[in-house]
Amino acid sequence: MNDVTMDLFLQFTVIGLVLGSLYALIALGYTLVYGVLQLINFAHSEVFMMGGFAGMFALRAMVGPNPKFADYASTYPFILLAAFAAASAAGGATAWTLERVAYRPLRRRGAPRLAFLISAIGASIFLFNLAGKLWSRDANSVPEFFNGNKPIFQIGNTVMTLKQVIIVGVALVMLVFLDMIVSRTKLGQGVRAVAQDASTAALMGVDINKTISRTFVIGGILGGAAGLMFGIFQSSVTYTMGFLPGVKAFAAAVLGGIGNIRGAMLGGLLLGLVENWVGLFIGTEWTNVVAFIVLVLVLMFRPTGLLGERLGRSA
Amino acid sequence: MTSVVKAKRQTGLWYNDSFRRLIGCLFTGVLFALVTGTTGTQKDYGFGIKHSLFHDGKPPVPSVRVIVCLLIGVVVWALITYGSQLTARLRIERSDVVAQSLDRPVVKLGTGVLVAAGLIVVPLLVAPFWREVLVTNVSIVVLLALGLNVVVGWAGLLDLGYVAFYAIGSYMAAYWTGHLPVQPPFHVNPFLTIPFAVGACLLAGVLLGAPTLRLRGDYLAIVTLGFGEIVRITANNSEEITNGPRGASNLPHFSVHLGPIKYEWGSGQLPYWYTVLVLLAIVVVLFRKLEHSRIGRAWTAIREDEVAAQATGVKTVQMKLLAFAIGASTAGLSGVVNVSKNSAFAPNNFILNVSILIVAYVVFGGMGSMLGVIVGTAVLTLLPEVLKNYLPTADQPIYFGAILVIMMIFRPAGLIPAKRRRMELGQHDTPSAEAVAVAPAGSIGHVEGS
Repeated sequence: MNDVTMDLFLQFTVIGLVLGSLYALIALGYTLVYGVLQLINFAHSEVFMMGGFAGMFALRAMVGPNPKFADYASTYPFILLAAFAAASAAGGATAWTLERVAYRPLRRRGAPRLAFLISAIGASIFLFNLAGKLWSRDANSVPEFFNGNKPIFQIGNTVMTLKQVIIVGVALVMLVFLDMIVSRTKLGQGVRAVAQDASTAALMGVDINKTISRTFVIGGILGGAAGLMFGIFQSSVTYTMGFLPGVKAFAAAVLGGIGNIRGAMLGGLLLGLVENWVGLFIGTEWTNVVAFIVLVLVLMFRPTGLLGERLGRSA
Repeated sequence: MTSVVKAKRQTGLWYNDSFRRLIGCLFTGVLFALVTGTTGTQKDYGFGIKHSLFHDGKPPVPSVRVIVCLLIGVVVWALITYGSQLTARLRIERSDVVAQSLDRPVVKLGTGVLVAAGLIVVPLLVAPFWREVLVTNVSIVVLLALGLNVVVGWAGLLDLGYVAFYAIGSYMAAYWTGHLPVQPPFHVNPFLTIPFAVGACLLAGVLLGAPTLRLRGDYLAIVTLGFGEIVRITANNSEEITNGPRGASNLPHFSVHLGPIKYEWGSGQLPYWYTVLVLLAIVVVLFRKLEHSRIGRAWTAIREDEVAAQATGVKTVQMKLLAFAIGASTAGLSGVVNVSKNSAFAPNNFILNVSILIVAYVVFGGMGSMLGVIVGTAVLTLLPEVLKNYLPTADQPIYFGAILVIMMIFRPAGLIPAKRRRMELGQHDTPSAEAVAVAPAGSIGHVEGS
């Protein structure tokens, strides 16, 4: 690592942290649904995409396509907040609809597990292509209405920009909130109960259908917000933007132990960091290969992920 | 919560099943109007939605399209709600008659002969375009799907990296005919690359399977997915071994030089069609034997309950490895045929989407039912080509996705379900966690032994 300076390393670490917190947010959607249904929600990547689009629309509605920084110097946090609310709402609504359309009818019929996977894949293909048709198949720029590249703090020669601070900050706040919801509230109790043993939970008076619905919505809220963050990070949203982060977040959820909330957070952060370090030391074209090799190695030695599975037991 | 409160809460219109169904049908109608409607533009993001739903894109007046779609929704709702009473009796009578006549060996043999004759004759009658479609888009993919059916349908292992074996088969075919930067020790006839490719895929299947098969369900899915990506990206990045993103080209077609017999397959479609047909026939016969053998039953046992299977003496690891290896080698075989037909390939042909699509074909057709997998794959691979004339290419995936969802809602076991699964779905004697989860509050009492 001769030509890799400390500065470069720190820079990549910062980007890894940013991406990692996004992965963590998306991974939570997979892990929550897995906890209550023991199913991979393959369409979660489209929840993320819809969040990105809704956030982009909200921003365009509020600041127009080509805003000036000066106009929003004092109001940008509120605008951002409103956009996040829109993105989260869209994410939650998409996830809720998905559960209604692609999951519940199958549950009612006692379909085999793989049927759920295929209906989710179908819903995913349907959704992202419909979004492409309705809006645009090109990249849609997310308006930049504040100076996102303004340095906030500096370690050595490495700066962390405002954009990055916002992404990591919002992600952290949401993660803490989620952890509190799941461990402290009645809803969280219900989610954990269903995750542990659905039939016993039903006997104890937990309305399983509602709990599942709400779990989807919570995952959707996180995923939708992550979609907007990704849009801000990349300065654009596209109809296919969900696929790759979706696959990676799914890998992150498995890495941490699927069904385990803190595992998903840890897995997301780790994956983001490992990815960027690999990009630095070995070359960006090998990022995904090494990320997956790490995943395979971890699973070989810890077959249920780093923190072990099961939402109910560990959260 | 007391039962009184519950009863009060659930008597509203919203809790009426058929009302909810109506809402669902209307919602689907609006979606359908959007799907078939105007394509949007970046200049005005509301354009597509407005013009699909409203007359001339002006909000208060609904468009003809949305009215028609809503009416279709209402008709479908009426058919679902009231039609079942009408058709119930009809369906029983008809299915009895059909089932009885279908079970007679003469009829079975007759249909078999007819279908075989059809498969032999049809490509001669259709236009070259359809011949091409039948060979490259349908038959080779059917072979691929049959292999995956062993892994997913019979052994119950979700493999999301299946395309990797297809890739390995293709690269092996290129390697042994000397079309990669690395040269083989000796060149072989394209036909003889088949054993090499199948062998390499067997090996790769075992290598991937051995460390990972102790993982359960979804862990296995992500690991296989990762494997698929590792193979593709490595091939893409290793310029000096695999030619990198350009892949291999000018690959030789199949040919036979046996003394006086000389035959070149060339780039025409018909020779390949019959070659694949023969291969398919061999594979189907072999797999049929396998399905009903000790091995096939072991796979079923593993699929249904791995712990119980192990306890009764099934060597689960070996059996799972075997399923993996058989699936992998079938993929390798179809890789070789594809390379020989198209004489070129690139790492881009082996993206994750292909793996996902093949899983979709298998489940759509009916997991574990070979007839189902063949028919399902044929239907889904022909569909885009048929739709091509009526729909913009870019819109096709929307319909594809919708068909998958609708199919899974109404026929979760697939187009032609496997016999065993058909019986399971009919009986409902072992409610899964999911089935329990949807049982209405009052009927939870019958849950036993979970």
